[in-house]
Amino acid sequence: MARISVKVDGASYSDDVEPRMLLVHYLRERLGKVGTVVGCDTSNCGACTVHLDGRSVKSCNVLAVQADGHEVTTIEGISSGEELHPVQEAFRECHALQCGYCTPGMIMQAIDLLNENPSPSEEGIRHGLEGNLCRCTGYHNIVKAVQKAAGSDLEGAQQ
Amino acid sequence: MIPAQFDYAAPATVEEALSALASAGDDAKVIAGGQSLLPVLRMRLNAPSLVVDLSKIESLRGVRDDGDALVIGAMTTYQSILDDASVHEHLLLLVKAVETIADPQIRHRGTLGGALAHADPAGDVGATALALGAQFEITGSSGSRTVPADEFFQGLFETAVGEDELLTSIRFPKHTGWGAHYEKFVRVSHQWSIVAVAATVKAEGGTIQEARIGLTNMGDRPLRATSVEKALVGQQATEDAVRTAAASAAEGTDPPSDLNGDAEYRRSIVPVLTRRAVLAAAGG
Repeated sequence: MARISVKVDGASYSDDVEPRMLLVHYLRERLGKVGTVVGCDTSNCGACTVHLDGRSVKSCNVLAVQADGHEVTTIEGISSGEELHPVQEAFRECHALQCGYCTPGMIMQAIDLLNENPSPSEEGIRHGLEGNLCRCTGYHNIVKAVQKAAGSDLEGAQQ
Repeated sequence: MIPAQFDYAAPATVEEALSALASAGDDAKVIAGGQSLLPVLRMRLNAPSLVVDLSKIESLRGVRDDGDALVIGAMTTYQSILDDASVHEHLLLLVKAVETIADPQIRHRGTLGGALAHADPAGDVGATALALGAQFEITGSSGSRTVPADEFFQGLFETAVGEDELLTSIRFPKHTGWGAHYEKFVRVSHQWSIVAVAATVKAEGGTIQEARIGLTNMGDRPLRATSVEKALVGQQATEDAVRTAAASAAEGTDPPSDLNGDAEYRRSIVPVLTRRAVLAAAGG
């Protein structure tokens, strides 16, 4: 067992974990943060994307012990109370989810993308989401949602 | 999928990491960014008794200007390389290759040294380091030694780094003003390279003065297309001239056959990819 101290969605936790425990399993099974999902389990699909010290990572591809001393933000930590994060709001408005399984990872990656570039082009959005797969293939509305969250012109995007 | 059990050490210095490795014999694995190692552990293709994490060793991170070269710490992430203005100015080829690696999440964690030490022949930084004439600093308990790129890669997942040693930094001679392009052939964007060509070219007034070309996934290790490099010297950077020079790109290669393409297919596309890479590199 190894002792880790992490800050997750603003709260501090100290836990003994097996070194082999993946961050995503720590979040879901130890902290109950089941908003972060396991999709492919092979680090391809991006459904488990969270932020580690403010940058997006695939939490199935990070050990919980590697998060020791660091700060994690999950999909459960981005709204303020009942008020949705602007990217969550845009996903709802643009119908950017069908089954919804990829949504937590898509939103966390979209936030990282917009932090880096507040007004990305459509191509830039598609490129920035290349590590996130949607099995419903609902990419068009996902891209529109990111454009809406970025405050760009949706009329132009629909052409 | 959950890895098999292992002990874990996160030393704060290179010396401590080396003694942790020595204590575990040949049953330890070093974890850098972990973006290749963790899938291997999860699928239980490897089950080390000890994992030594280098992430707390600050001295292994960052890009340092050393006159005629940039020295990049082994634990420097891909994202840090992309964010570094000096790499853009002096090692454009490295930028071009790194920006094609996997996806943003992987680039935030993955490290240059981790990928080079992993030595996957389909990895993108090996051929790039070879083309740029990189020197690898390997540190063991008795000190450091420097190994050139053409001796560093020794086969499939095999490098000059011994079991009780660490790759600590990579020294790249500056290629200021050289054009560069990384032509990557993949089926989907974040796939491993089926074949890729790393080209950096020094051209003046449309004439190629010098060219360095590395090939990804054309053998069990990164290869240089030296016959193409020689044939390009003094040529105009035109489609016809570059096509003629690139025709020998498959010479001396021994590519793998897999579901993405057999060896013959890879040998037939590598001249095409080389032509595209050189033309794009010569164009700026």
